[in-house]
This record gives sequence, structure tokens and C-alpha cells, in this order.
Amino acid sequence: MKNKKKAFWNQALLSGPYLLWMGLFILIPLFIVLYYGLTDGSGAFTLENVKKISEPIYMRSLLLSLKLSLYSTLICLLIAYPLAMVLRSLHLKNQNLIVMVFILPMWINFLLRTIAWLTILENNGVLNSFLRLLGFQGLSIINTPAAIVVGMVYDFLPFMILPVYNSLAKIDDNLVAASKDLGANSLQTFRRVILPLSLPGIISGITMVFIPSLTTFAISQILGGGKQNLIGNFIEQQFLLYYDWNAGSGLSLVLMIFILISMAFVAKFDKKQEGTNLW
Amino acid sequence: MNENKLIDLQHVTKKFGDTLVLDDLSLYIRENEFLTLLGPSGCGKTTTLRILGGFEQPDSGRVIFDGQDITNLPPHKRQLNTVFQKYALFPHMNIAENIAFGLRIRKKSKQYIQDKIKYALKLVNLDGYENRMPDSLSGGQQQRIAIARAIVNEPKILLLDEPLGALDLKLRQDMQYELIRLKNELGITFVYVTHDQEEALTMSDTIVVMNQGYIQQIGTPEKIYNEPENAFVADFIGESNIIRSVFLEDRLVEILGAKFPCVDTGFGKNHEVDVVIRPEDIDLVAPEQGTLCGVVTSLIFKGVHYEMEVQAGGFEWLVHSTDLCAVGTQVGIHVDPFDIQIMNVPESEDEEAVNLEE
Repeated sequence: MKNKKKAFWNQALLSGPYLLWMGLFILIPLFIVLYYGLTDGSGAFTLENVKKISEPIYMRSLLLSLKLSLYSTLICLLIAYPLAMVLRSLHLKNQNLIVMVFILPMWINFLLRTIAWLTILENNGVLNSFLRLLGFQGLSIINTPAAIVVGMVYDFLPFMILPVYNSLAKIDDNLVAASKDLGANSLQTFRRVILPLSLPGIISGITMVFIPSLTTFAISQILGGGKQNLIGNFIEQQFLLYYDWNAGSGLSLVLMIFILISMAFVAKFDKKQEGTNLW
Repeated sequence: MNENKLIDLQHVTKKFGDTLVLDDLSLYIRENEFLTLLGPSGCGKTTTLRILGGFEQPDSGRVIFDGQDITNLPPHKRQLNTVFQKYALFPHMNIAENIAFGLRIRKKSKQYIQDKIKYALKLVNLDGYENRMPDSLSGGQQQRIAIARAIVNEPKILLLDEPLGALDLKLRQDMQYELIRLKNELGITFVYVTHDQEEALTMSDTIVVMNQGYIQQIGTPEKIYNEPENAFVADFIGESNIIRSVFLEDRLVEILGAKFPCVDTGFGKNHEVDVVIRPEDIDLVAPEQGTLCGVVTSLIFKGVHYEMEVQAGGFEWLVHSTDLCAVGTQVGIHVDPFDIQIMNVPESEDEEAVNLEE
């Protein structure tokens, strides 16, 4: 009995700092957002801030955010999956090194990397100079949704590669051999063994790219030139330009709903993957 | 047993980097045979099996299957199935789906698949396990499912890569009988890889003893055990006393200075040979009745028998006997002539290299 009590206090002591951190910097801010989002300037309860999303300008930006995040997530997946497959098949001794190469850009400040893309995509930037040198016409990518997607893909690609590669690397070679032994060709083996077993990695990669893409405002500000306003930009403006914390919090709550929906979807899909057959 | 050659490996050589794993290996497997590839780790037995399964390509040589050259045929087109060492059950499918995998690839009808699953589970004594997931099964059960998954495809040959290696002793012995029963019921050819000599002796029709990429001896379990062709085989299969001796003349050999009558002929006169005597074939008698005299230096109770070491003629004899002789007892060593196995002394350094500590 005494020991149990002691163990309890030991655990409390060890987990204390983390719980404190969680409370101070995650839970309390969340409640502050909830409070501001559901009250007006005088502190009275209202749904007006949340309803703001139905105004055409916000609705449009939310849809644009959703669309661009979907694109960037899809492109990340299409780049990361084949790459991770190749990495897996190489059976390199020093796989960590290879993975590191892809993570290396993450060590450079996020804003600097995005600004670097500005100089590449500008009308008289690196890309267009190169194209003109080859005799092609220059492209006007900068300040378009395409430029934002390029930025999102570049910035968030490592978040897709890592989980996908990890899930692929975990697949036992014997399972692939067993599938072929049982008569499946490479395509069938991929569909019935490799793809389903890498699904948890794909899904966690999708969340890790989709959510930051949905909420970004820096990428759209730098590469969209203020012309492509994502929902993140409007939220930022409410706080920093209009000092309207209530409206900003209200819009944030809407965004949070989308994040919760996508996480619920992931959780459901992942659970399904545990138990039932996919084909 | 059918005399048909179902598999014919012809002059197969395989290198991994600079390491020669198989050196000009030729071997045939008859229909309906239980053939075991036996040897220490690194002897090339698993590589041989992987070449049969199509997971490795030989650098030179051919693999003939039922009269057809399948050397370069990919695994999924071969009419054989493998039971992998670590079972390799698909963790995202339940037992029924695992078993159905090969049948679904071949687009068999639902009814056919259902019947096959039922039949296979019955065969491996796991009825009613259809909806379980692999990780909820014990090692022995997973192994049975792996076998069931392979045999529903009605392969002509079942390849088994140390399938019992991960199981505990009791389970391993049960599974040995199970495998023999399965083979008899199914009537298909088994190619079995193991480093466990007891397993090989229990189950096989034919044992292929391998070492360092070479076949050391091919034969029935009795032949391999009683008449090993060289010191490696003698030492690897069971325990033995291997003594460098002189073959005086037909039916007489001089071991450690004492003349022992034997049954072998044709080794010349006064020719140097290796003699193999199994520990259970040595009779300990009164000193004056023995061909050699010695003293018991160690005694260990092993359950079925006592294991004794006897110092005689400058050699430490390993003796298994159900009769106890206390340490320090003076004993005589007697060996029946037919229990003395004569072998040629290895001619080259290479053959000598068969390391005896295995």
C-alpha cells in the first residue's frame, strides 16, 4: 500500500513538468481561443464570430485553403511514396544518412526556405532566366495558387517521406517473398501486401502535410504576394491588423473543426486497417 | 518412392560478393521424396532452397523442374511453395485470408476457396481459426497456418526453411510427426532445410549433408548415420569417436596400437585411415576382456544413458552406456567388428577444413 503511494508520487513527479507544459501552453490557450471565439467584445456569449465564416470572402478563402492543401498533400504523396519504395529496395547499410539528406532542408529556417522559392519563381527569377536561356517563354507562377502549392510541397515533403519510409522499411522482406511464392506478381504483391501494410504511414503522412498546409499563412503571404488569401491569412489579419481577437478566434474554431474531422477520419481509417480486409 | 527426377540441379554455382556459397552443386530430388538439406550455418543449404524457390539466381548451372528449365523463372510462376523460417504470415489479414491468398491470386471460385480453407485448417488441426489474426496465435500455430497457406495451392514441391527452428523442444518433436503425417497424406515432395541432425534423421527419406558449399554425403538416414563417408559427416551427425588408424589388411585395423577386427575390405595394406566408432557402440568390459584398457575419467547422467569419458591408448573415448562405471574404474574397451566404420583420410587441405568443432 505504502509502495503504491510512493510509486504514484514518483510518477507524478516525473510527469509533472510535461503536464505543466501541456496545461500552460496547450490547454489554457485552447480555452482562451474558445472563450474569445464564443464571446463578443463585451464578454457576452455569441455565435457571430463563428458564423463569420459564411461571409463569401471567408468562405472562398477556406475553400481555396482546402483545395491547395489537398493538392499539396497529393503531390507530396506522389513524390514521397515512390522515393520511399526505392529507398527500401536499395537496402542501404546507412539508411539513416539517406533519410537525413531529405530532412536536411528542415534545418534551414522555414521562412528563409520559402523566401528562397520567391527568388526562384519570380517573373525575373532563377527559373524564368533559365527558361529564357533555353529559348522558352517565361512562366508567371509567382503570386498564383501554383506558387503556394510549390512552397507547401517543398516545406512539408519531409513530413510525408519520413512516416511513409518508416512504414515501408518495417515490412519484412519475407512477406514480399511469401506473396511472390504464393503466385502474386509484383503489382499484385504491391496492392495486396505492401500498400495495405504501409497504410498507417501514408495516413500519418497525409495528416502531417494536410494540417500545416491548411493552416499556413506565411507561405501564401510570401509566394502569393498578398493576392491569394488563405484562411490562415485572414485569421492572422484579424489578430494583427484589426485587433479583433473575437473574430480571429471564431475563424480559428472553424478551422479547428476541419482539423478534428481529418484527425477523426485518420483514427477511423487506421483502426479499420487493424482488423478487416482491404480487398 | 517414385524414381522420377522431379528436380534436377545441375552444376549450380553461387557467389555472394567474393564468397563462394555453392560450388558446382549437382543434386536431384525424386517425386514424393522427403529430402533434407542438412549442414551448419553458412553451408549453402538455405541458398540452395532459395534457388529452388526462385528467390536467388545461380551464377552458373541449371535448375530443371519436371523436365523444364526453370533457372530464370520468377518465383510466382513456379509450381512450388515455401514455408518460411519466421512463418511470414500477412499481419493485416486474418487466418482465412492468409490461407486464401494464393487461391485468390489464381482467381478460384468462392466456394472452392471456402472448401480449401476448411480442408487445410482441418489438416493442420486448427479448425475454427478462420477469423483469428496471426499475432493472436502461438508460434507453433502460426507455423501450421504457414504450412496450410502453402499446401492449399497444391504445389508439386513444398520447400521448408528451418520451419521448426523457433519452436521449443517438445513442440518441435510434435511438429516433426505432424510433418511426416502431412507428407504422407498429401503425397507431395518435401525439401526441408535444417541444421538439426536429429530432425533430419527422424523425418527424411534422403539426407544431403552439406558443408562450405559442397555436398559431403547423400543417403538414407541409416546410411548417413552408420556409414559416414568422411569425418565431417561422422562428427556432424551424432556424436562419434574419430581416430586416425592403420588399416592392416582386409577385416583388421590397428587402432591406437591395438588390433580390432572389422568388416571392411579394400582399403589396401598398412594404409592410413580414419575410424569412426559411435559412443553407444562401445562396450565397456572387464580390463582383461577388452581389446584396449583404460580408466573412466568422467561420468554424466543423461537420462536415457550415462555419458562417460574413458582414457585409453592415449585417446579420450566418448562412451554411452546404460550401465554405470564409476570414475576411476579400470575398464576394457570392446567394439563389435560391424560397429567400426572405416573412412579414407581426407586428401586435400580443403577437405580437412571441414571444421570439427561444429
